[in-house]
Amino acid sequence: MFKKLLSMIVVATMVLSLAACGTKKEATTETTATETTATDAVATEAPAAEQTTKGIPMEDFKVGVIHIGDPADGAGYTFAHDQGIVAMQAALGLSDDQVIRKNNVNDTDAVAIRTAIEECIEEGADIIFGTSWGYMDTMEQLAAEYPDVVFSHASGYKSNGTNFNNYFGRIYQARYLAGIAAGMKTQSDMIGFVAAMGIDNSEVTGGINAFAMGVESVNPDAKVYVKVTNTWFDPTLEGQAAEALLDLGCDVIAQHADTTAPQMAAQNRGVWGCGYNSDMTKDAPSAHLTAPIWNWGVYYTMAAKAVLEGTWTGENYYGGMAEGLVDISPLSANCAEGTQEAIDAAKQKIIGGFKIFEGDLYDNQGNQVCKAGEFISDADITGAMNWYYKTVEVK
Amino acid sequence: MSNSEDKIKREPLLRVAKKAEISVSKTMGLTLLALALAIVAGGIFLLVIGQNPFKVYGTIVHGAWRSKLAIQGTIKIAIPLLIASLGITLAFQMKFWNIGAEGQIIMGGIFASYFALFFDQLPHTILLLIMFLAGMVGGGLWGLIPAYFKTKFGTNETLFTLMLNYIALYTIKFLTEGPWHDPESSGFPKIASFTPNARLDKIFGVHAGWLIGLILVLVVYIYIRFTKHGYEISVVGESVNTARYAGMNVKKIMMRTMFLSGAICGIAGMTQVSGAAYTLGEGVAGGVGFTAITVAWLSKLNPVVILIVTVLFSMLEKGCSVMQSAFGLSAATSGILQGIILFFVLAFDFFTRYRFILRKGRKA
Repeated sequence: MFKKLLSMIVVATMVLSLAACGTKKEATTETTATETTATDAVATEAPAAEQTTKGIPMEDFKVGVIHIGDPADGAGYTFAHDQGIVAMQAALGLSDDQVIRKNNVNDTDAVAIRTAIEECIEEGADIIFGTSWGYMDTMEQLAAEYPDVVFSHASGYKSNGTNFNNYFGRIYQARYLAGIAAGMKTQSDMIGFVAAMGIDNSEVTGGINAFAMGVESVNPDAKVYVKVTNTWFDPTLEGQAAEALLDLGCDVIAQHADTTAPQMAAQNRGVWGCGYNSDMTKDAPSAHLTAPIWNWGVYYTMAAKAVLEGTWTGENYYGGMAEGLVDISPLSANCAEGTQEAIDAAKQKIIGGFKIFEGDLYDNQGNQVCKAGEFISDADITGAMNWYYKTVEVK
Repeated sequence: MSNSEDKIKREPLLRVAKKAEISVSKTMGLTLLALALAIVAGGIFLLVIGQNPFKVYGTIVHGAWRSKLAIQGTIKIAIPLLIASLGITLAFQMKFWNIGAEGQIIMGGIFASYFALFFDQLPHTILLLIMFLAGMVGGGLWGLIPAYFKTKFGTNETLFTLMLNYIALYTIKFLTEGPWHDPESSGFPKIASFTPNARLDKIFGVHAGWLIGLILVLVVYIYIRFTKHGYEISVVGESVNTARYAGMNVKKIMMRTMFLSGAICGIAGMTQVSGAAYTLGEGVAGGVGFTAITVAWLSKLNPVVILIVTVLFSMLEKGCSVMQSAFGLSAATSGILQGIILFFVLAFDFFTRYRFILRKGRKA
């Protein structure tokens, strides 16, 4: 009896202490909530311009990142983004606990996305970067619920002009350069391309087109064969798609896919490839030529700094080679002779204003998609590039 | 003589036997001991990977309760788990091994989403009521199918309900890429987000699912303990033949109970799509249907205990998530830690119900 009583008392005290703890926390958050509404009221009386210039004290500043994979992968999409976060952290001099990472957040699971982002808000994040396309709708909803937090989303098309923007870059410029390396290397004049998404996806399709144009610029006889996996991240499927292209006779495998699997497949056959997102030469040393890469740090530093200093405007960002956001990794020894010179020349042309998608262009159905003397608009590049260039064939 | 030798040979070295019921205080004591051992074992694991166990455990507990947002986060994790565990409890009372809560949650979600996507011009209250009923029907049908086949053809319900999970999951995949594909998504496979009209209202900052869950705790408790149906369920669970002898329509009871079991899981699906995700995606159930089996079993199918165990589970999950980003640990690390804790608690649960008997040595 005494034992029973004792255990009940223990349980009761535990429950009570938890409850007490909870109410105390709630009380404090409530007071801060009233404070912020008070300051908000003051701020709304003041001109709107002043609101955007208030900034955040350095020691209170926090950055949240939602990753679809794990930076520990050491290569690929998430790794590239995280290198950008690391660069931003170094540039702004933030301590480790000022950066909140949420890894392996499945971008088809809206509940998981919301939970991850709300945890960043809970920790006090002032700006949250969402690196995967599927985070877009949830970020849009949360931006409306938390107007004091900045939400910045990669590769999407939604934004609200204030605390929810999207950022992306002209990676097609880098793909054009990778195409030059591939076009000069191929001997069978058949180049394979493992694509994450099909023709409806402007980002992937535009990248393939730019790559094919790069190939054509140095090797008019070569064709680009595309295999679609319908997933952004699947080492098995990506490897299988590469195998299928190699079976066709392709001797260079390029990719818009997150993992190193296509490059490994190329290496196993003793042929070559162009990776993506990060320098994959270390993963497939005897196969890899060069990879289109992102220097996300350029944007992350700029955006975080703007929020920190109160100069955030909410504008969308679409950077390119001129800004240093996209580039290709250093050419490996596997590249054909003269590749460096050809690529350097093309790079200067691009920085100097060559738009790639300009002039007399035809798709693979024989339709003219751009007239001589004209160029394709950014809106069409990001949202309506739903045709394949004339040297492309889908397998 | 040779006969008894045979007997000894046939007897396995270790044998599992059911224990006599032990007192509540003893069970509680054993569970607390299990928790303590789990924490020690998890602590050793943390030490091995170079973390301070006290700090990590502190972060887990603190992380689940540290602020209003954190508490809301913990409750949001608890809602589907609570509702699904209650649903499973009905089937398990009857010793009908419903492993299909995952699929029933998904089906509830799909049925509710149909109205959210295509009838969102209806008045808010009516729309949500319809979605609620649709969720129940969807989950209920998914529970009824295996019950029908079991009563009709004697199929194995464990396998049957398990297989239905995958059919449900691939149905979402099909809808995402096919008929319900969001035309505005420029080639990405996804279903459109619900309009605000089709979203579940919030009460005290968390979607109303928590209230539905609490009401269901009461309803299921009363249903099992104090109604004729509840009595029938437990008789069928104890012995089908006894039930038959007493003149009960076993087939009817089985189908009715499985429909209700599935329907409650379907409610979990409805609250997830309309309250948490605002859309239908492959992650709608996210393994909750399987965790719910553990919760229901650990709670000995008592709805009130389920509520407590669910809160503890949600704390662990929420706290581990906070711990991950606080210490820069991988998801696998927190998975291992959760696994260690669960392993100990479940093992001790086994020992409170069963005991091992060693084969006795041969006597000369």
